[in-house]
Amino acid sequence: MNQANPFALLTNGSALPWSDVPEWPLADFLRHVSAALQRGERLSSFFGVPEDHAARLVAVVALDAGNTLAVARSQPFSGSFPALTPSHPQAHLFEREIWEQHGLVPEPHPWLKPVRKDHGAGPAVGGFFRVEGPEVHEVAVGPVHAGIIEPGHFRFQCAGEEVLHLEIALGYQHRGIEEALAGGPHRRTVYQMETVAGDTTIAHATAYASALEALAGTEAPLRAQWLRAIALELERLANHTGDLGALAGDVAFLPTASACGKIRGDFLNLTALLCGNRFGRGLVRPGGCRHQVEAERLGRLRERLETALAEVQQAALWLWDAASVRARFERTGPVDPTQAAEIGLVGPAARACGLLRDVRFDHPAGWFRFAQVPVSVWPDGDVFARARVRWLEIQRSGEFLREQLEAAPEGGMLSDLGSLAPDTLAVALVEGWRGEVCHVALTGANGRLRRYKITDPSFHNWTGLALALRGQAISDFPLCNKSFNLSYCGFDL
Amino acid sequence: MTSFLEITVRLAVWLLLAPLLPGIINKVKAWVAGRRGPPLLQLYYDLAKLWRKGVVLSTLASPGFLAATAFSWVAVLAAALLLPLGPWGTSLSFRGDVLLLVYLLALARFCTAGAALETGSAFEGMGAAREVSYAVLAEAAIITAVLTLSVQSRSLSLEAMLAPSAGAGAALLAAGLFTVLLAENCRVPFDDPNTHLELTMIHEVMVLDHSGPALAAVLHGAAMKLLLFSALLVQAVLPVGTLPAAAAVGVLFGGVLAVAVGVGLVESLLARYAFRRVPLLLTTAFLLCVFALLVAWKGGAA
Repeated sequence: MNQANPFALLTNGSALPWSDVPEWPLADFLRHVSAALQRGERLSSFFGVPEDHAARLVAVVALDAGNTLAVARSQPFSGSFPALTPSHPQAHLFEREIWEQHGLVPEPHPWLKPVRKDHGAGPAVGGFFRVEGPEVHEVAVGPVHAGIIEPGHFRFQCAGEEVLHLEIALGYQHRGIEEALAGGPHRRTVYQMETVAGDTTIAHATAYASALEALAGTEAPLRAQWLRAIALELERLANHTGDLGALAGDVAFLPTASACGKIRGDFLNLTALLCGNRFGRGLVRPGGCRHQVEAERLGRLRERLETALAEVQQAALWLWDAASVRARFERTGPVDPTQAAEIGLVGPAARACGLLRDVRFDHPAGWFRFAQVPVSVWPDGDVFARARVRWLEIQRSGEFLREQLEAAPEGGMLSDLGSLAPDTLAVALVEGWRGEVCHVALTGANGRLRRYKITDPSFHNWTGLALALRGQAISDFPLCNKSFNLSYCGFDL
Repeated sequence: MTSFLEITVRLAVWLLLAPLLPGIINKVKAWVAGRRGPPLLQLYYDLAKLWRKGVVLSTLASPGFLAATAFSWVAVLAAALLLPLGPWGTSLSFRGDVLLLVYLLALARFCTAGAALETGSAFEGMGAAREVSYAVLAEAAIITAVLTLSVQSRSLSLEAMLAPSAGAGAALLAAGLFTVLLAENCRVPFDDPNTHLELTMIHEVMVLDHSGPALAAVLHGAAMKLLLFSALLVQAVLPVGTLPAAAAVGVLFGGVLAVAVGVGLVESLLARYAFRRVPLLLTTAFLLCVFALLVAWKGGAA
């Protein structure tokens, strides 16, 4: 390998032989990754691959400006390795995860504790950062919450109403999805992929399907790629609409809260019209999509889409017109753009900090190679910006659907996947409604999955929520939390 | 001498009618949102259900926890009985009874906050701190409103004081008292009675550990307090006391209904304020009452 190009480059949704991934001695590997991050590139995924009694590190770096992904690996080792976290905070959770999964110790890591498990004993509660002082008090929230939401533990260090520090402990929903994939794909794998994060079914299923298609060297029929894009945008519409309603609900602004709850259901029903399931279960399959759509159903879809889009427009106008809502949203939970880049935020949370990051634009794959959605950006980084980005994306996804529903390609929906190439690595990114969903698949010599790494956007973004709360009122936590609306199970895997 | 019958009727009015008010507010909110909403009598059903349930107590709570809850309920009821009802006046009237009413409400708040601290929960301590911080400002507004009424009637007894003047003073007083009503009863924009988010609550978070009959007492007490403030507001701005009995009943009921609808509309159309802006709004209520006081004073001198 020459020094000039320490990484192998590939595009989103493609594969390359494992032997073609440059292998570096540990120190060189970390130096190259560090240099790439220093240049402003982004750590999409960073994980270990077990190798006999040792393990090696693999880094997937996203070169957003160059529309390519860069992969490199280290030689197998055991024991400790120099941590990237002190210089590149975006590696923080990745390195904790590597330590947890493979026993490789990042040194010096500023906050080395389990990500999901407490050495197999249970979720990662305990050993929280504490602020000492006579005025400081600690508030523990969760894992059982008042609403019907997922379990997670939040530990606040407060001075009166002001939050000095928030630490988030997750892992209550760890199901061992990655472990279950070893030796796969199994017959149940696709169902597991659809439930990595239940509200991101289409994005995760599409990433999984693309990774397998890349490994098998096949491509889904064009019409299936088109349908996946349609379903992905419907998923975005439903969730963003739900989020706008939930944000309104958190500040007790009832008109938008009531309306959006209903309209979210309308969008979910459009997905159900495509595949019979409101969350899109059973639609995306490796090799294509399982359901054909005929013209009559598309017509009905278009009609109902128009109604729902008009209604969400009205509900959003109420929200933006209310001065009392603006007063709550503006300057609440701000994330500094520099910090956002450093911790590697993705999705609407990153775009609300003015960062131009959108997989559909940076790493187009599938139907997005032919049809683009403009990237929605807002500069302020606060709750208002995150709400605003969602609204922009609702409008642009609506526009995208209007155009693409007219431009359906003809053809079949499902092609035969074939067998997976042995000793091959595939990377698939999908811009889910929360942000970048990254699936990395590695096959062994037998053509079965050897390692499968899933990175949900929540994995990047939980740190953003903790930072957004610094210096804020603790009473604004639910609002900030909702403005990120991160997945617990997507993180816990 | 007030008869046994009259006391019974008064008690019945306060105890039985109070839970209707939250039902009306919820109906209005549902109607604005285009929903059907919970039944008008939902709070009655809830109270009946809670009454049959057992009580779960924090291991840290002393007997004071339940005692304070009971005290709080009794204090609100006593305050309600002090309030004259139109031409029927009050069952117990004396010089300065208005101060007793204000202090009974303060006692109720003290007991609720005390019970909240009894549980040793971080949430409830936080809620108690919020409640009493905002109460300082709300009470200033109430005292000023009372002063206004007392200046314009030159009396310190509620029966005589609730003989309002018309005009600018009454409008200012109504605006001030309505804002205080929203704050004291934990309605939007001060608090959100519907929220499930314990970190954002003021009043609701203080009673998170109450259950069964104790929670029923808390809910019923809150409903009575709402009715008390609505009736006080109506009588402070409308001359109910001088009307014939039938008209007085109509005006009183209509007025309270209008207040409830007003609360429902405010909750439907306004987002909740951030905590740091709540003092601003309460100071505004205080100032409205101060201006009403100035009008009453100047009007009296002229």
